[in-house]
Amino acid sequence: MSKVIEGLYYSESHEWVKVEGNFGYIGITDYAQNALGNIVYVDMPDVDDEIEKDSEFGAVESVKAASDLIAPVSGKVVEVNESLNDEPELLNKDAFENWIVKVELSDTAELDALMDAKAYEDICKE
Amino acid sequence: MKYYDKLIFELSKEGRKGYTLPENRLKEYTLASLPEGLKRQQAPELPEVSEFDVVRHYTNISNKNFGVDTGFYPLGSCTMKYNPKINEEMAGQPAFANLHPLQPAATAQGALEVYYNLAHALAEISGLAEFTLNPYAGAHGELTGLMVMRQYHLKRGDLKRTKVIVPDSAHGTNPASAAVCGLNVVEVKSKPDGRIDVEHLKPLLDDTIAGIMMTNPNTLGLFESDILEIAELVHACGGLLYYDGANLNPLLGKCRPGDMGFDIMHINLHKTFSTPHGGGGPGAGPVGVAKALVDYLPSPRVCKADDGTFYLSHPADSLGRVSGFIGNFGVMMRAYTYILSLGKEYIKYVGPLATLNANYIKESLKDCYYLPIEGICKHEFVFDGLLDKSTGVTTLDVAKRLLDYGYHAPTIYFPLLFHQSIMIEPTETESLETLDEFIDVMRKVAREAIECPEEVKTAPHHTPVRRLDETNAAKHPILRYRDLAQ
Amino acid sequence: MNYKYFPHTEADICHMLERIGIQSLDELYADVPESVILKKDYDLPSSLSETEIRTFFQQLGKKNQQLTIFAGAGAYDHYAPSVIAQLLSRSEFFTAYTPYQPEISQGTLQYIFEFQSMISELTGLECTNASMYDGTTATAEAMFMAIAAGKKKNRILISSTVQPNTLEVVSTYAKFRGIELEQIQATDGVTDKADMERKLEAGDVAGVIVSYPNKYGIIEDFSGYADAIHAKKGLFIIQADPSALAVLKSPAEWGADIACGDGQSLGMPLNYGGPYVGYLSCVKDLVRKLPGRIAGATTDVDGKRAFVLTLQAREQHIRREKANSNICSNQSLMALYVTIYMALMGKQGLREVNELSYSGAHYLHDQLLATGKFEELFKQPFLKEFTLRSLVPAETVQQKLLEQGIFGGIEVDKDCLSFCVTEKRTKEEIDKLVAIIKEI
Repeated sequence: MSKVIEGLYYSESHEWVKVEGNFGYIGITDYAQNALGNIVYVDMPDVDDEIEKDSEFGAVESVKAASDLIAPVSGKVVEVNESLNDEPELLNKDAFENWIVKVELSDTAELDALMDAKAYEDICKE
Repeated sequence: MKYYDKLIFELSKEGRKGYTLPENRLKEYTLASLPEGLKRQQAPELPEVSEFDVVRHYTNISNKNFGVDTGFYPLGSCTMKYNPKINEEMAGQPAFANLHPLQPAATAQGALEVYYNLAHALAEISGLAEFTLNPYAGAHGELTGLMVMRQYHLKRGDLKRTKVIVPDSAHGTNPASAAVCGLNVVEVKSKPDGRIDVEHLKPLLDDTIAGIMMTNPNTLGLFESDILEIAELVHACGGLLYYDGANLNPLLGKCRPGDMGFDIMHINLHKTFSTPHGGGGPGAGPVGVAKALVDYLPSPRVCKADDGTFYLSHPADSLGRVSGFIGNFGVMMRAYTYILSLGKEYIKYVGPLATLNANYIKESLKDCYYLPIEGICKHEFVFDGLLDKSTGVTTLDVAKRLLDYGYHAPTIYFPLLFHQSIMIEPTETESLETLDEFIDVMRKVAREAIECPEEVKTAPHHTPVRRLDETNAAKHPILRYRDLAQ
Repeated sequence: MNYKYFPHTEADICHMLERIGIQSLDELYADVPESVILKKDYDLPSSLSETEIRTFFQQLGKKNQQLTIFAGAGAYDHYAPSVIAQLLSRSEFFTAYTPYQPEISQGTLQYIFEFQSMISELTGLECTNASMYDGTTATAEAMFMAIAAGKKKNRILISSTVQPNTLEVVSTYAKFRGIELEQIQATDGVTDKADMERKLEAGDVAGVIVSYPNKYGIIEDFSGYADAIHAKKGLFIIQADPSALAVLKSPAEWGADIACGDGQSLGMPLNYGGPYVGYLSCVKDLVRKLPGRIAGATTDVDGKRAFVLTLQAREQHIRREKANSNICSNQSLMALYVTIYMALMGKQGLREVNELSYSGAHYLHDQLLATGKFEELFKQPFLKEFTLRSLVPAETVQQKLLEQGIFGGIEVDKDCLSFCVTEKRTKEEIDKLVAIIKEI
């Protein structure tokens, strides 16, 4: 059974957003890391790149699978989690503790379209 | 035999030589006079070894390999048939091997005749009008074929057709080729019996469809019985049918893609026409087309003049060039030798015998491996893992255990329609005894999965190396000796 | 049905049909619509015995003319040590499949690792893949890498001094993928740097492709290229003759991000154009954009050193339509060929090959000028291949040489002929060529 955390926003493509003021941290869910298996590489955007809701902004790779990262919200990348370059397995260790990018949200209204923990949990059960 | 584990670099000793070259009689001209700024500053660290070092090294590492000549390869969708030795002898003849690709056509008539005649033999076998032999591999042929498809629509001014339909059972190369060719992929679903769902296909067909890519028999080894209806539907919407020749082998002697309505196809000479896989290449991926598409084939084309001589041409409507010269000529020599050896008398048995072998294995094992789709298959079929799944032994474990018994593994985890796919293709060149021995071993592994599952889960035990740490290899790639040495 | 490649006896077939529960081989095709079942033999020649096959190809071979090669243009007549063909004929190598089962494919994986290592030595770039189809398609794939790395950038600049067949292949690939490909002018036989800078200035350039030596045989000076291209966030791609890299400043030394080309010059037979072997190297930062197969070092469960295909998540069988390339094979056996060649020739031998070729080519160059039938086209440095302006019609030169069994003088531009001399050409052969020209 995968872990789901209260207070985050979730997308159907298994990303989460944690909002702090005008910024959002984006990561993948525990369900996603579990499905991928041993993660060996995280392809991340550059700082200052604009990411767009529902478009891919990177990818997560395991030995024999790859999954695109789909932006749950739009915004400008202000920081990427550099530690994932050396230790991509951090996502396996704790997918919620290890965010992938931090973005400056361009439209907080986009959050409304995302799910809460309860709704996301239901999706994972299906 | 002693376990050998060296890299050629580890045999290197400064000053050793593995070559002889003639003495330079024109020493007044020397590299030293090149402008300094163009000279290499640091010499490449290539090994310095003797000739015998090289011979023993590569002989030793060859012993760690498995080939068709070593043992049975039940490798689905790869058609690992016997590679006849006469093919090699013919391909190596200096009269062909020493030809420069740009030497005038008049001085290479023998080679061009091989190309031309092979292209025509393939056209006859596939029921299409003409072939180019320029593409280097199956995937390259696929890309070339899709370029033909796009060129056809573009030349007609039909610019909307940017989508290609690909079945969900297709090999990953199909969608990748489409994307590289600038086409968008639309997936058509399979029915529970593994064949294309015509009802799902119908609504996808409109004036944005460039065509459909199909493998027939499909990746489950099943013949697409609705092919005539599919062809009619796709043609009616203005699209073309592309045939992925990966599974052509079972059709030899029985039916032809051109007669089923396919407009474009590629053939893997290294599958159906017995040329060796070479550890991953070189292969060849000839592309054939229906009459209306001949003008779009890549250039150069090998043509025959009225006086019987051969020449190269560059037709105006051609999609362009896809290869440096005219393809992997050495591979063509092998395939042509194969066709001439079998001739019309024997080539027609290839398909039925390959199909017979596949069905024989399937029927002999379906009581211990789960056969998701019953019925007659063609040259290959797919099990979805062991029948008894309670042991926790996976398809990967079964595959690895087969290595211990001296067999190559089947194709595993493909097609993606099942979770535990084991795809088996025996080819026509394997004897009943080989098949029976393989069946026995497969049954034995199924028994071991119940009786001693750990033995299977940790297999292989008797190979030169055992299971590898692939995660670390991908996480911290070491791709050259210089990095390994550090 | 009794043929040497089909082992079944009639009794075997009956036994097998019985197991399957059918009466005849035809029933195996019961699901094929009757209207497409082939009801005749193919219109093909009759089966030939092995003796007949040999005779057949001997006769055909006579229709080819064996020529002394003084031509290059992407295919070079270098010396091939005898050892290579012998080792390549080991069927453990040539009848093997792709090394997807590493436990029984260490032979293949190890030589691929050696190939990658050696090509990386020549190019100076950290990462090399397991090989590509040929030099032209490797260059097209290098273009795709630049497009993938350049995110939204969609223009590629290519020097007009690259070999014409490379230019055509790259153009084909670009056209269908919707990449805007633009040529950089040539001045004095080399890429016009100012023109490149102007075109970079226009923006949106993902990469710049040049060739080394170029189609005239000229060794171009790429000083300042990397800086100019990197300033615009583009990638610098050098298509290079790997044999020449033993002595020429390496792509890494020029600041290139990607090197690509054809390994045929590493002692491979001319083979009428193939099989050859493309190579593709890049800097470490681009390794995830590198297409095709890649072998990496690792260990097995017992801690033994071993090799495995790695970074597979980039590839088409996993990424499907999102893969950057559709390639799913390499020219493995040809990669083995050049690996053995490089091992035999080593550091010193490859240098000597270049030295001998250089001497012969420069001697021929001077001798041809001395005939008065040619004049200098460009005053530029070259290695084994050079281009002169012919003062007699190009066709006459080619024809006269051909009559004496020599293939030389490829027309690069109107009446501009290129010649190539490798270490295989003797002084006598060169003198003979010159004597024929003098006679014209």
